[in-house]
Amino acid sequence: MADPTVAPLLVAGGTVLDADGSRRADVRIGGDGRIAEVGPDLDADGAQVLDATGCLVAPGLVDLHTHLRQPGKEEAETIETGSRCAALGGYTAVVAMPNTTPTMDSAAVIREVQELGRAALCAVVPSGAITVGRAGEQLSPMAELAELGVTIFTDDGTGVQDDRLMRRALEYASGLGVTLAQHCEVTSLSEGSCMHEGEWSSRLGLPGQPAEAEELMVMRDIALARLTGARVHLQHLSTAGSVALVRAAKAEGLPVTAEATTHHFTLTDACVASYDPVFKVHPPLRTDADVAAVRSGLADGTIDAIATDHAPHTTEEKERPFDAAPPGMLGLETALALALTELTGPDADPRLDVAEVLALLSWRPAAIAGIDDRHGGPVVPGRPANLCVVDADATWTVDRERTASRSRNTPYAGRTLRGRVRHTIYEGTPTVIDGDATR
Amino acid sequence: MRHLLGIDDLGRDGIDEVMALTDSFVEVSRRAIPKVPTLRGRTVAWLFYEDSTRTRLSFETAARRLSADTMNFSVGSSSVKKGESLRDTAQTIQAMGVDAIVVRHASAGVPWQLTRWLDCSVVNAGDGWHEHPTQALLDCYTLRHHLGSLEGRHIAIVGDVKHSRVAGSDVRAFAALGAKVTLVAPPTLLPASLAGWPVEVSHDLDAVLPEADVAYVLRMQLERQHEALVPSLREYTRTYGLTVDRARRLRPDALVMHPGPMNRGIEIAAEVAESSQAVIREQVSNGVAVRMAVLFLLLGSGRPDAHATADPVPTEVPLHG
Ligand SMILES: [Zn+2]
Repeated sequence: MADPTVAPLLVAGGTVLDADGSRRADVRIGGDGRIAEVGPDLDADGAQVLDATGCLVAPGLVDLHTHLRQPGKEEAETIETGSRCAALGGYTAVVAMPNTTPTMDSAAVIREVQELGRAALCAVVPSGAITVGRAGEQLSPMAELAELGVTIFTDDGTGVQDDRLMRRALEYASGLGVTLAQHCEVTSLSEGSCMHEGEWSSRLGLPGQPAEAEELMVMRDIALARLTGARVHLQHLSTAGSVALVRAAKAEGLPVTAEATTHHFTLTDACVASYDPVFKVHPPLRTDADVAAVRSGLADGTIDAIATDHAPHTTEEKERPFDAAPPGMLGLETALALALTELTGPDADPRLDVAEVLALLSWRPAAIAGIDDRHGGPVVPGRPANLCVVDADATWTVDRERTASRSRNTPYAGRTLRGRVRHTIYEGTPTVIDGDATR
Repeated sequence: MRHLLGIDDLGRDGIDEVMALTDSFVEVSRRAIPKVPTLRGRTVAWLFYEDSTRTRLSFETAARRLSADTMNFSVGSSSVKKGESLRDTAQTIQAMGVDAIVVRHASAGVPWQLTRWLDCSVVNAGDGWHEHPTQALLDCYTLRHHLGSLEGRHIAIVGDVKHSRVAGSDVRAFAALGAKVTLVAPPTLLPASLAGWPVEVSHDLDAVLPEADVAYVLRMQLERQHEALVPSLREYTRTYGLTVDRARRLRPDALVMHPGPMNRGIEIAAEVAESSQAVIREQVSNGVAVRMAVLFLLLGSGRPDAHATADPVPTEVPLHG
């Protein structure tokens, strides 16, 4: 929570863009951290002015899939450093994955994360584990965690393997009004693998996992959504087959939502040819055809949200042999720019407009996370002032050493991207001004 | 050439160059005192994360015959066991004044990773399921000795191609030299995709053998039956083993090869391995000369600062650079 009173702000000269469309308007933020007034040419009236000339003023971004590593892996990231990455990337809320040490499967750990999150530069929304210790055997105390405000449960890092347990989890969760999110991976098909199975894994002599390791679980969970009527959110979908399955499930009217990560529509398994573990992720980078399918899924609404799967790892861990290095890459600081560069650029196919990209990064994930009362909503008076101000045309080059993360595992170092976060405002307080974090 | 990581680093010309050098070193190996001062003052270190006595001994013999100093870094030692990183270990060895590191690792790609952190030469002595380039070079050398050119020759590679770094490098090398390669294995022992591989595939060894100039038999990892990649070793031998009966289908002038160590009675019958068609022992002895050629190519040429060049290089050895 922000202070009950914050210094009044005026975001001046920008174009407001939200789910209702775009209009030229200034935004005044009151001392209560809420939007006070939206309209052209507002007076500063003593408020701190943030220049937004030439920029879009949009609802803050929401990440459905962030690994903050705290508690347990503070050498790789903390809630503080991760939330700084988020703010720099335009985010005002991130859903923290529960695969911490200990797991977020108890009230005590959820409270610890919430407590640390109070001092963060964005809203830290803890997700709960579906099963105790993410071991896939026994349901976590979902009702108790839901009372603490947990709205999303996932065993991310692994999928729930047992069919019957997953059915029970869906039924139980639907009674609580919370969403189950699934990391889709059938481990009996993926065990021992470190990349996508195909032309490149064969050429590189690395053990691969077939696309079907993901698709079989997507298929099963869609069937279970049909059986139970419960809502299921499919995380970081990476294959053409998965996209097709979700498209069919939505056509059938099933309560299924899905996300894709920035790296699954910008990188392919050919990147692994360098044997640099910075390209190792779960699910693995796939083929050109999969990337194309993910992009069309983003364009036609099959995929509801772009997630980062921000997964910091220390340099030492990422200098292991490829098959032994942990999976994951940084994502919060580059997601918006990657999406704008790759999905709205002149060569993009299909080509999205900026509003569609923001829908994927802000209001749709906010709704999936169940936090759309505070995040991702329209920029109108009375709403909490969670905003990002984006210069959609500015270009910048990713510098590995300039990340706010404790880790350095970005595969995009040296890439020039279009779209730069200028300011981020979280509950009425600027967390980023002119591209720099305020604390 | 700075490193030898994979066969593609060499290409056809590079392979030819190694072959030509190997001829000279085979001659050296036949001398009463099979030693030349070529790499005196040079130090070669072994970094074997995976046991392989024969490959290590072969490299070590090659280095000694070139008068290089050798350093054996035992991975069983404390620092690695204590979790020292690959990078730290390699950089520590380099800091001791090493000119080349010969590395074997169970993970594919490790030699490539090392080159990002090291200034010295890196030689891949086998990485995971990926490549084992010096084995392929000694195989090419052995084949050339018997067949002259590999151009248009038909080589059947039989067995567990998927998990075989030898096959990985052999396919690349044989194809580069113009041979036709047929992989003969059950689908469970073939790579998931053969896109871009210049090979044909057969599941019928009996049909392939009469056509083959060479039957290259791969070692069967005995644990593959537990991974359900083959129902049993008995069935594997029945369908893909080079048994005595099956070997009769080979043309009399066809060659039998194996990278060793052999599981006699499983992928190859003892009698076949000992037959006059088998050139398996020759592969081993050529291994030393080929590795001498590789070390010479990496460390002996184009480096005028070396003590080694102050000594007379044997006239049979062509000079480079
Ligand atoms: Zn995951």
